[in-house]
Amino acid sequence: MSPNLRIAYRFLTAKKRAMFMSLACTILGVGLFIVTQATTSGFQSFFIKVILGINGAIRIEDKIQDTMRSMAAVGASDSYFSHREGVKYIEGVEEPQRVADALREFPNVRGISAVVSGGVQVSSAFKTENSPQLMGIVLEDHLRVSDLGEQIISGSLDEFRQTPRGVLVGRVLADRLQLTRGDTVNIAARGQSSRFKVAGIYETGYREVDKVNVYMHMSEARSLLKKPSGATFLQIGLHDASRAPADAARMVAVLRHKATSWQEREVTWLAVFQALRYSTMITVSVFTLIASLAMFNTLAMIVIEKTKDIAILRSMGYERKDITQIFLWQAGIVLAIGAAIGALFGRVVTWAVGQIPLPINGIFKTDHFIVIVDPNHYVAAIGTALVMVMVASLIPARRAARLEPGDIVRGTAQ
Amino acid sequence: MLRCTDLHRYLGQGEGRVHVLRGVSFAAERGQVYAIVGPSGCGKSTLLYLLGLLDQPDQGRIEINGQVMSNSDDLARTAARGAHIGFVFQFHFLMLEFTALENVMMPMRKLGRLSAEAMKARAHSLLDAVGLGAKTHRLGTQLSGGEQQRVAVARALANQPTILLADEPTGNLDVKNSALVFDLLTRLAKEQGQAVVLVTHNPEIAERCDVTRPMRDGMFV
Ligand SMILES: Nc1ncnc2c1ncn2[C@@H]1O[C@H](COP(=O)(O)OP(=O)(O)OP(=O)(O)O)[C@@H](O)[C@H]1O
Ligand SMILES: [Mg+2]
Repeated sequence: MSPNLRIAYRFLTAKKRAMFMSLACTILGVGLFIVTQATTSGFQSFFIKVILGINGAIRIEDKIQDTMRSMAAVGASDSYFSHREGVKYIEGVEEPQRVADALREFPNVRGISAVVSGGVQVSSAFKTENSPQLMGIVLEDHLRVSDLGEQIISGSLDEFRQTPRGVLVGRVLADRLQLTRGDTVNIAARGQSSRFKVAGIYETGYREVDKVNVYMHMSEARSLLKKPSGATFLQIGLHDASRAPADAARMVAVLRHKATSWQEREVTWLAVFQALRYSTMITVSVFTLIASLAMFNTLAMIVIEKTKDIAILRSMGYERKDITQIFLWQAGIVLAIGAAIGALFGRVVTWAVGQIPLPINGIFKTDHFIVIVDPNHYVAAIGTALVMVMVASLIPARRAARLEPGDIVRGTAQ
Repeated sequence: MLRCTDLHRYLGQGEGRVHVLRGVSFAAERGQVYAIVGPSGCGKSTLLYLLGLLDQPDQGRIEINGQVMSNSDDLARTAARGAHIGFVFQFHFLMLEFTALENVMMPMRKLGRLSAEAMKARAHSLLDAVGLGAKTHRLGTQLSGGEQQRVAVARALANQPTILLADEPTGNLDVKNSALVFDLLTRLAKEQGQAVVLVTHNPEIAERCDVTRPMRDGMFV
């Protein structure tokens, strides 16, 4: 043990009670920081899992029309228009097969599902709903880019697979139309209606989806929507979803189609989660702030009580730097203990919070608190405490170092 | 070895500013024991702090082993204190949270010349020499004033300083222990060639020193 650490430890043990406040607040600050990050990022990553499970990582739609420069010269109004819009789109993906072939060149692409989609009217014996959106899919393709397989709560995928005129209906829509598995529904589009069988009911937890999306086999959807070729959009699954924005940007450049990453699509909700994380982080940092103020206070007190010891140490050849170190070590010891206990406390409370029942439904569905244990949270929590407490300790530590031994022994040190 | 010329020191501020040292010159040679005597308040401690590089003079120069230290920087003065000077304070002696042994080892640990084992052995022998061999593991708070003072003497000798400055090292001691400490200091001066400067009110001790410098009102007389 270095002489300075040894002295720091001894000074500290003589002042255990005074250090308690700082230690307690360090533990609370570190622990609660970890807990709040575990819950907020728990919900955030669960939300991300849900939206990836519904809409995949990237959606490709609408071919980009290469606007000619000459258009600008045609007329003032036209040039204004094209300037403002920047690019023009042709709705839908005209040649999904060619686009899909190009997409397979992207190493991060895990799956591609072409979807034919359009607004429909769905009627049961009980009621008619006008807002549903029909999703014509090739099931096996779509299972590769979504969690549809895990979202079935009634009926089964096999039943859907084996029923050519079967549909999968969301839980909210099914409730509104009072549908159960095996019921028959009328689905109308463009003035023509046909009868389909409810092969299963799914629930994503995202209310807007469960109310709207109706899944149907591709061929049936094509004839109902009168879209014999092409696709409305392609849903892409990625191996590493975090790289979606970069991949989407490259897809736009290569495929000349609009490509939207999930980060761009869900920017509003993601911003809400981010804001929540930061606000809880700031709130909880109040404990760390108190810890650092208490540390400042205690060290300032010890400096005053130990001025004579400082003079003795200086007379024996201990440098200013040693005196600073002795006081910083004291803060360091309290921090180390506080960080260790705080991290443990945070881990235990995180576990306990994960057991709390909490029914949520709306943008996702869960029946208990969602927590994730991420080493980065521990690093951030301890790092925050380290910086704040050390900065606060620096002031008394440097003051102690500035004391002149001559002034101390005469009793005129200040 | 140790030489100061025309030292002036003012203390206090504004109205209360006092001219405490009024041109003190002094030199200490190897192997000699010096006594500074004089009435209370004449400036003996003030002079010793200056010689010990714990304080800086307002005027004059201090040379230690041929080097001018009076206007050198803090780091150089600190290094000189650790390596060449042993200091015994007049009033407070020990770091009270530490044992006698730890107090004596403290300067050695900073200097770092000896191994941990050698430091311990040396601290034990120094405490033996001041008659405290049996109380090495007592905390500062568990020692009497005179015992603390003797530990402080042992500590001042820890790094084998070439100059030992002691402000009334026998002030709290009975006749027997006064003699013990004084004999130790004179023996070291003779055997190891240290310069010993001590402040004392005890005429018998002053008598036995090689040189006695009486002081009055901030000047040697
Ligand atoms: N901070 C101060 N401000 C003004 N005067 C001071 C201050 N400190 C000490 N003095 C004065 O300086 C003078 C010398 O003090 P010093 O401590 O050197 O005396 P001393 O000779 O060691 O006395 P003693 O034998 O009692 O220890 C005294 O007259 C004292 O009043
Ligand atoms: Mg004095």
